[in-house]
Amino acid sequence: MREPCFTLDGEDVPFVPGDTLLQAARRAGHYIPHLCWHPDFRAHGSCRICTVKVNGRMAAACTVQASEGLAVDNHTEELDAQRKTLLQMLFVEGNHFCPSCEKSGNCLLQATAYQMAMEGPHFEEFYPDRPVDASHPDILLDFNRCILCELCVRASHEVDGKNIFAIAGHGIGTHLVVNSDRGKLGDTAMALTDRAAAICPVGVILPKRRGFVIPIGERRYDRDSAAEPGRQEAS
Amino acid sequence: MTAMLTPYPAHGPRRLKVATVSLAGCFGCHMSFLDIDERLLALIEHIEFDRSPLTDIKSIGHCDLGLIEGGLCNAENVQVLREFRAHCKTLVAVGACAINGGLPAQRNHLDLGRLLTDVYPQGVPNDPELPLLLNHVHPIHEVVHVDYFLPGCPPSADAFWSFLTDLISGRTPHLGHGLIHYD
Repeated sequence: MREPCFTLDGEDVPFVPGDTLLQAARRAGHYIPHLCWHPDFRAHGSCRICTVKVNGRMAAACTVQASEGLAVDNHTEELDAQRKTLLQMLFVEGNHFCPSCEKSGNCLLQATAYQMAMEGPHFEEFYPDRPVDASHPDILLDFNRCILCELCVRASHEVDGKNIFAIAGHGIGTHLVVNSDRGKLGDTAMALTDRAAAICPVGVILPKRRGFVIPIGERRYDRDSAAEPGRQEAS
Repeated sequence: MTAMLTPYPAHGPRRLKVATVSLAGCFGCHMSFLDIDERLLALIEHIEFDRSPLTDIKSIGHCDLGLIEGGLCNAENVQVLREFRAHCKTLVAVGACAINGGLPAQRNHLDLGRLLTDVYPQGVPNDPELPLLLNHVHPIHEVVHVDYFLPGCPPSADAFWSFLTDLISGRTPHLGHGLIHYD
């Protein structure tokens, strides 16, 4: 019997029951841009970069269940322009000074912005004041780059069983916090081997004493774009 | 009769007038621009430089294209930027500093007065020739309309070349994978 399919930009994409649009599309080698979604974790649906049009209605591809006959628009001028706008807002909300970031070249936010042809920020920069946390002996936290994807929150909770990270605040005041009395990472049981230490798609959670070890030209997104299979997540 | 017709004068199309400046920048973008090497010879067939560190012309005339390196950290930067906007048909923010403030903007989290007294404990210089510092460093699109952004720290020579040849040929510049970089 023929596998059930939906169409993505006119092409048939097969799926197994229970798949989301993003899971099925990714398995079939298609690229639906995403930041907060990771194959090892449940969908979170917060970044909205994966927004597609399902039978003409906007929906996050990471949370919509695939079903037979859905017509999904992905890379249309309208949707890619909206993704670029979302990325521009993420960039101006934080302090994304790529030239000084260890994650540059391996960063999913940066690589996704390249894919969406984001050449400038368009909006006014917020320049928020977000001090770094260098209290941990092996790990640096640079909150300036946080995009609130909650991958570290999920990894620490579901894989490491440590509940080290959480999101606090509301609206524009939403921010990443560390679960300890002083709020410092040094007071937690965080270890470099934790899943949460390697999951960050941007440059918030970084191992210390490691500076620009991969030469420019050989980094994750220097040769391949974020659209390539195997490169659609930063880790 | 046909022998009487004079041929059209033997000159090509008008060269585009280009002005460049480094505001709160490090001249790294200008250096990367010069890295297009021998392609400069091909470029100069199509453009001529007006005000630029490359010509040392100090005032700007009417230009087709203005390339702005660096963001805005003092009052003079703002004045020069406004002059460029008023004189250039097309204005381009070149490099990380012009686009999002870049390295100079890293001071935006610090109190300016405190910074000055810390750096100049013997007394803050106040020569009237020194432009007044802005409280915060700003990217240029926060002050004037910017037509195009050429990102990079610096943009690579190939990015400059691709961008300029697109623009000169009348195409909308588009940097593909490998040329678009924020670092």
